[in-house]
Amino acid sequence: MKLSLTHFEATLIFALFISVVLGIVTKKTDKERMTYGLSCFGRFIATIFGLAWLMKLGHG
Amino acid sequence: MAETFNISNEPPVPVTGWLPAVALSWIIPGGGHFLLKQHYRGALLLGTITLTFVLGLMMRGAFFEPQTGDLLTTLIYWGGYIADMCSGVLYFLAVWMGYTQQDVAGHVHDYGTKFLVGAGLMNVLAMVDVFEIATRKKS
Repeated sequence: MKLSLTHFEATLIFALFISVVLGIVTKKTDKERMTYGLSCFGRFIATIFGLAWLMKLGHG
Repeated sequence: MAETFNISNEPPVPVTGWLPAVALSWIIPGGGHFLLKQHYRGALLLGTITLTFVLGLMMRGAFFEPQTGDLLTTLIYWGGYIADMCSGVLYFLAVWMGYTQQDVAGHVHDYGTKFLVGAGLMNVLAMVDVFEIATRKKS
């Protein structure tokens, strides 16, 4: 079975997993972990959209 | 963002105090956390890292093989090989069961390769976390 994802789906899933792990390993309390994980995920999403627009505009 | 940890004047934890947990964390993602009674975090790490690795396999990502040449090639291929191996039992099981995939063009394969390497790197973070918990640098 081969999974076929679009660029957006793949980066979204990857960002989600990385955010979960970063949240777990970096903070001390569950509340801090949740906040940091969500904050990381938000920043990943912003970066994904930012870079996507940059590439679109740069491509012409 | 700087993170501060409580560092006391206690004597350093001997190698035997942290090595089994770190080694278990390498072999089984999240295993070190389970050993240190951090079940909830261990379960989340086990689930996340395993899912990342399995998705990488399902996207037919390639494992890096050690390769030498110019500095960048050596860094990328040896680094990728070591990062792949950091997934522990997941990597060894996949290799033992005969998983092979040539490095071919296509974004899905490429993402698969990155997922496989990413799973190993996430496990490195988990191992560092286990080391810090075992040496009482964090709770």
